[in-house]
Amino acid sequence: MSPKTLYDKIWDAHVAHEAEDGTCLLYIDRHLVHEVTSPQAFEGLRLADREVHSPDKTIAVPDHNVPTTPGREDPAQMTEESRIQVEALDKNARDFGIHYYPVNDIRQGIVHIVGPEQGWTLPGMTVVCGDSHTATHGAFGALAHGIGTSEVEHVLATQTLIQKKSKNMKVEITGKLKPGVTAKDITLAVIGKTGTAGGTGYVIEYCGEAIRDLSMEGRMTVCNMAIEGGARAGLIAPDEKTFEYIKGRPHAPKGGQWEQAMEWWKTLHSDDDAHWDKIVTLKGEEIEPVVTWGTSPEDVLPITDVVPSPEDFTGGKVEAAKRALDYMGLTPGQKLTDIKVDAVFVGSCTNGRIEDLREVAKVLKGRKVADGVRMMIVPGSGLVREQAEEEGLAEIFQEAGAEWRLAGCSMCLAMNPDQLAPEERCASTSNRNFEGRQGYKGRTHLMSPAMAAAAAVTGHLTDVRELT
Amino acid sequence: MEKFDKLSGIAAPMPLVNIDTDMIIPKVFLKTIKRSGLGVNLFDEMRYDRDGNEIPDFVLNKPAYREAQILVAGDNFGCGSSREHAPWALADFGIKAVISTSFADIFFNNCFKNGILPIVLPQEQVDALMKDAEKGANARMEIDLEAQTVTSSDGDVFHFEVDPHRKHCLLNGLDDIGLTLEKSASIDAFEKKMALERPWV
Repeated sequence: MSPKTLYDKIWDAHVAHEAEDGTCLLYIDRHLVHEVTSPQAFEGLRLADREVHSPDKTIAVPDHNVPTTPGREDPAQMTEESRIQVEALDKNARDFGIHYYPVNDIRQGIVHIVGPEQGWTLPGMTVVCGDSHTATHGAFGALAHGIGTSEVEHVLATQTLIQKKSKNMKVEITGKLKPGVTAKDITLAVIGKTGTAGGTGYVIEYCGEAIRDLSMEGRMTVCNMAIEGGARAGLIAPDEKTFEYIKGRPHAPKGGQWEQAMEWWKTLHSDDDAHWDKIVTLKGEEIEPVVTWGTSPEDVLPITDVVPSPEDFTGGKVEAAKRALDYMGLTPGQKLTDIKVDAVFVGSCTNGRIEDLREVAKVLKGRKVADGVRMMIVPGSGLVREQAEEEGLAEIFQEAGAEWRLAGCSMCLAMNPDQLAPEERCASTSNRNFEGRQGYKGRTHLMSPAMAAAAAVTGHLTDVRELT
Repeated sequence: MEKFDKLSGIAAPMPLVNIDTDMIIPKVFLKTIKRSGLGVNLFDEMRYDRDGNEIPDFVLNKPAYREAQILVAGDNFGCGSSREHAPWALADFGIKAVISTSFADIFFNNCFKNGILPIVLPQEQVDALMKDAEKGANARMEIDLEAQTVTSSDGDVFHFEVDPHRKHCLLNGLDDIGLTLEKSASIDAFEKKMALERPWV
């Protein structure tokens, strides 16, 4: 048998039909659904008088629109349009008999945090969702990617997707990370190197010592942003840490099925002599804590650097850099650490897990959020929130003067009331610094949770290693 | 889905790289439960000021491009969020084809589901077509999907590649779900096999 990558193995295990031109029907094991990209798909099913093919493999949770303030069950907290979307999901989940975590369920949260937490996401699976950050689930060695609403309808109706295979790309992070450097810095550093289109046409497998050393939470952060590098999906081969994380979760296999699953899961790694269409290598020890300065996730620099000048770039990026500097209100040559912030956002499917909150608490403990800075901490799920309260993290946040919120996507995309005002500047643990992403004319700098917390206490972008 | 075979139309130049789907349709317009009516909000934050007045400099507000059916865009068009609202908004405005050096994967897929043809060409050809588009309303471009060609207003012909299955679906306006359901037997057989091999799924 010819050597295969992990992606090849998962792909081959899910082809339900292959046409002569290589177009495949890829079988989908888990379909995650949220309120924003699904209403039109369910409407399509109804109009065509179709059923959901596998309700037992379909999991829905409202996350994008939901308020994160107490008493949010009160419909008055939502705009009319948001309320209609959440109510539509309630109704669709009920009518089609799919698994559902409503707003008032402790297990509700961001769909990409709920899936792994509940054991829905397992190695070797195909996982899709009408959301680009579905790449998150790749941390388990699952082939996971975002789809559009027409494809959501296609998966609901047939449990398959029409796909052609992508190419294989290996991103290896060798060696050890230095103190203060995290999974977020890895994933941003990779995008800084390859660009936002560097992964287009590929599925990335992240490997190397620095990746193996990451916790499952850290691995999810790395895979989450594979899409920001343009890749269809990001993968990390499952190992003992993966199996340990999964074991005992509500929807993980039990007993004899666990043993049977483990037998297969242990074969889920790229063969030594597998073929790679593209290889990128970064030395773990050379990665610094990074921040973004512009309006594309590829606008990444070490925190010790200065704001670049458009002349530092070539091609179409010159104009894009000019526009970004103007939008961000920055001057070339300005030290990144001199950039003052108005707001700090901790949360999102990139960094809304318990480990992220622990990192933030380490920095905030015994410190105060700087005067004039608004800090919002939004756990990724009700269960993350509960755990953070049990561990005393919530108390640290509140003593520091941060707002401790309920679970949801919140200010990562600002579809709910959590938004930046025009020209407000935010240190954010989310995944996109696009124009208007966190609010009309809002200015976003992406960074790790520890770096965001450091910015909160000093009031400007800060090298977390200098806070001792 | 609407068929796409031949198109002769005005092309609007958008040379900016990394035009993301948040730019194409900002999130405030994702709160709809319909597919229609998004064209008026296409590129909303670039197209209108906060009071809802048109920004005259924005390309689609210029008299020459108000009826544009083609966009010629910078690299990595459609990156970011998976929102299909982006092609819905483009289609509703009347855009039927986008030409660039590369497209983000999910956006690229979404276009084909909505009768929009995304065309990938090398940098120098996109540069040539960008210049052509800058000539305004009198410079009509022609796109022939069957022949896989773009013809500039000067008569320069550029050949593009397109996946044969997608071409077939676009030319005939075929519905994917209907086609897949014709292969139900293969899906059923796969599920039976999986029930034995991977029962935990």
